Amino acid sequence: MDGTRARIQLPLLAGLTAGLFAIAIALIFFYAPIDGNQGLSQKIFYFHVPIAITAYACFGWGAWKAFLLLWKRGEDSDLESYVAIHQGVIFGSLTLLTGSIWARISWGVWWVWGDDELVLFLVLFLFYCAYFMLRYSVEPGPSRANMCAVYALFGVVLIPISFFAIRLSRSLMHPEVFTLHGPQMTHSQFLTFCVALLAMLSLFATLYRLELAGKRLDHSLRELRELLAA
Amino acid sequence: MTPSEKYTAAAYLVVFVGLLAYVLIIAAKLQRIQRELGEVVEKLRERESREELTQGRSG
Repeated sequence: MDGTRARIQLPLLAGLTAGLFAIAIALIFFYAPIDGNQGLSQKIFYFHVPIAITAYACFGWGAWKAFLLLWKRGEDSDLESYVAIHQGVIFGSLTLLTGSIWARISWGVWWVWGDDELVLFLVLFLFYCAYFMLRYSVEPGPSRANMCAVYALFGVVLIPISFFAIRLSRSLMHPEVFTLHGPQMTHSQFLTFCVALLAMLSLFATLYRLELAGKRLDHSLRELRELLAA
Repeated sequence: MTPSEKYTAAAYLVVFVGLLAYVLIIAAKLQRIQRELGEVVEKLRERESREELTQGRSG
């Protein structure tokens, strides 16, 4: 992507994200009904689940860029994969934190080691945290880019396992909201959820472009310094 | 405030604080890049004026 396109798109994307967030928050607190069983705390669902799906999307995007690096040897793919995984770890942390708070009010505990979905998400999160240990323990260059790409691709296998764990384990703790018969919620709840999910994905796209622009600027500056010192 | 309200507020606050912290880190990084870019421009100007001075003496 050239710089001009990024300059035009980023403010638009940021504006779209802000608008979607305003609509999502209005829908969550003024439109979606209060759940009969869980009460107000059910509203955590509208942020917690979209954040978790966004974390999966970030890791998936990072793996796709890693695949492109190995396949087409794209120059920018390594940086793009790294930034997407970095975003994934941030969204993953928020998933774990909001999930813990929701678990405390719903189940009376901060964490349940017996719940497959929780544990598998933690494994996925820790796997991608270790990506940074690998990246910063190797000298920059093509071999580091290849190693990181292979690692990112291995991690992507955990995404469907983590996503479908709730269906495979038939856990009584974690409710199954999305079934083969459609979403188990009212139309207003589903609309609110969709808008919140769009807002979160749009936030990822904005932060991804912002961080990528900063990294590219930093890289160009380093090159300029080296040229100046030569 | 009921416990349900407290925990819901806490969950939304965690997301807000997390994103705010991220934006602040990015802002700090951009400020550093801006400062370093200023230094590079300054060095380039110094080099240019030195070259002009050398050319003036030799010419």
